Amino acid sequence: MSELTEERFRERAEAPGNDAGDGTSAAAGGSISVQPDEFHHARDIGELEKVFELESLSVSYAGVPAVKEVSMDIYKNEVTALIGPSGCGKSTLIRCLNRMNDLVPTAEVTGRLLYHGEDLYGPKVDPVQVRKLIGMVFQKPNPFPKSIYENVAYGPRIHGLAKTRADLDAIVESALRKASLWEEVKDRLNDSGTGLSGGQQQRLCIARTIAVGPEVILMDEPCSALDPIATARIEELMDELRENYTIIIVTHSMQQAARVSQRTAFFHLGTLVEQGDTDDIFHAPKDQRTQDYITGRFG
Amino acid sequence: MTEKNHTVRAYDEELIRLSAELAEMGGMAESMVADSLTALSRMDTKLAQRVIATDARMDFLQRDIEERAIRVIVKRQPMALDLREVVGCMRISADLERVGDLAKNISKRVVAISGGLGTNFGAKKVIIGLEHLSSIALEQLKAVLDAYRERSVTAAAIVRERDDEIDALYTSLFRELLTYMMEDPRNITFCTHLLFCAKNLERVGDHATNIAETVHYVVTGQQLVDDRPKGDSTAVMPEG
Repeated sequence: MSELTEERFRERAEAPGNDAGDGTSAAAGGSISVQPDEFHHARDIGELEKVFELESLSVSYAGVPAVKEVSMDIYKNEVTALIGPSGCGKSTLIRCLNRMNDLVPTAEVTGRLLYHGEDLYGPKVDPVQVRKLIGMVFQKPNPFPKSIYENVAYGPRIHGLAKTRADLDAIVESALRKASLWEEVKDRLNDSGTGLSGGQQQRLCIARTIAVGPEVILMDEPCSALDPIATARIEELMDELRENYTIIIVTHSMQQAARVSQRTAFFHLGTLVEQGDTDDIFHAPKDQRTQDYITGRFG
Repeated sequence: MTEKNHTVRAYDEELIRLSAELAEMGGMAESMVADSLTALSRMDTKLAQRVIATDARMDFLQRDIEERAIRVIVKRQPMALDLREVVGCMRISADLERVGDLAKNISKRVVAISGGLGTNFGAKKVIIGLEHLSSIALEQLKAVLDAYRERSVTAAAIVRERDDEIDALYTSLFRELLTYMMEDPRNITFCTHLLFCAKNLERVGDHATNIAETVHYVVTGQQLVDDRPKGDSTAVMPEG
C-alpha cells in the first residue's frame, strides 16, 4: 500500500461525521472497569441456537488420546469458557473447532463435530473458509510485522472482501473500533503493529480476527501475557463482542472464566467432567473433581 | 470435613482458624444465654456481671472473624464451597454476636430488677416460664451449631421448623405478663423487664433459625426462600 493512500485514509478517518465504523463499541480510553454481569444467568438452553454440537469427539496425537469422547453444545452469542488443569485437552478441543489440528500431521479426530448442523470435518468443507468464519486469538499477541493497518487489512484483502480502497478502509476502521483500539491507533495506522503495547497488540489481533467477518471467535488464553488493566479491557471487550459473536475461551484463570462467561465446561484428563451455567459451576459445582479444581485442592 | 487439603497450605490454616474462632463464639453464646437465665432465676447479680463482661470477647471475635474472612476473600478469591464457607462464617458470627448481646441485655435487666421485686404476683411462675423458653432456645442454638459442625441440612431443617414452638411459648408469656400488669400497675416495671427477657429469648431462637438457613446455604449453595411457620402472634394481637 502506498504512503499516499494511507495518508488519504487517515484524513478521511479523522474527518468529523465520517464514521466508517458502526460504532458498536465504546470509545477506548474511557472506563476500563469490567461491568459485572450480576445474576445474569446463562439463558435457558431451550431458547438458544446451537453453533457447535460435539458428539463423542475424540482427538489423539500419534495414537495418544488427548480428548476423549466429549459431547457438548456451544450456543450462539454466549461466552463459553473451557477450564481445567494443564494437559486436560481444552486447547486441543478449541483447536478442533476451526480445524487447526489439520496442521498437525499426527492428529486424528474421531466422533462428530457439527457447525450449524453441518459436519465441520466433512469432505466438502474448505478449512480456509472454516477459519474465516471461526477466528482464533492466541495466548501471545502475534501481530504480523507490518503496519497496524495492514495487520487488519490483510485478511479482508486475501478473502476479497473489499472491492475498493474505501471499502477496505471502512472494514479496517470498523474492526479496530469493535476491538476498542481505534481511538488509540487512528493517528498512527502505518506504524508497526509490533510497536504497540501487549494489550494493544492483543486487541489488534482481535481486530484482525473480526475484520474477516467471523461468527465465532476462539480465544486460547488471550490474557495470560497481559497486565491486569489490559486484561480488564479484553474482558470488557468480550462482553461487548458477545452481542454479535459467539466466543469460546480457554483460560487458566478461574476468576476470569467466572467473570466473562455464561457457560463453563471443566475438563480433566481429556474428558469433559462437568458443564453448565457459569454461576452454578463456580458457586456450587456438582462434581467433586470440579470442586477440587476450582477451589485449589487439585492433585 | 472430608474435603481434601488445598495446594496452598496457608489457605487451609486460614479457614481452620475461622472455624475455630466461630466454634469459640458458639460455645460462648450458649453459656452466656444459660448463665443469664441462671442469674435471673437466682437474682445473682455477680453472675449477671460476668455475662456482661464476657460480651466484649464476643464482640472482639465477631470483628476478628469478619476481618479474617475479608482477608481470605482478598488473598485467595475463594470459589464454590470455600466461598460459601467464608460467607457462612461471617453470617453465623454476626448472628452469634447478636445472641451474645441478647444474653447481655437479660443480664443487665437482672442487675436492674434485683433490688425491687416488690409484690409477689406470679414472678416465680413467669421466671419458670422464661427458663422453659430459654431451655428451648438453648436446645435450638445447640442443635443448629451441631448442624453447622456436621454440615447437616436435615438437622438444620429441624431447627428451622421448630422455631414456632419458641414463638408460641413467647406469646403465652406475653399474655401472662400483660395480665399481671393489668392486675396491679406496681408490677409494670418488673413485668416489662421480664417481657423484654422473654422477647430476647425469642430472638435467640430467631438467630438459631438464621444460622439454620446459613447452614443450608453453605452446604447446598441455595438460599431458603419459603416462609417458615410463625407462632408469634403478639404483633397482631388485639388489645385487652
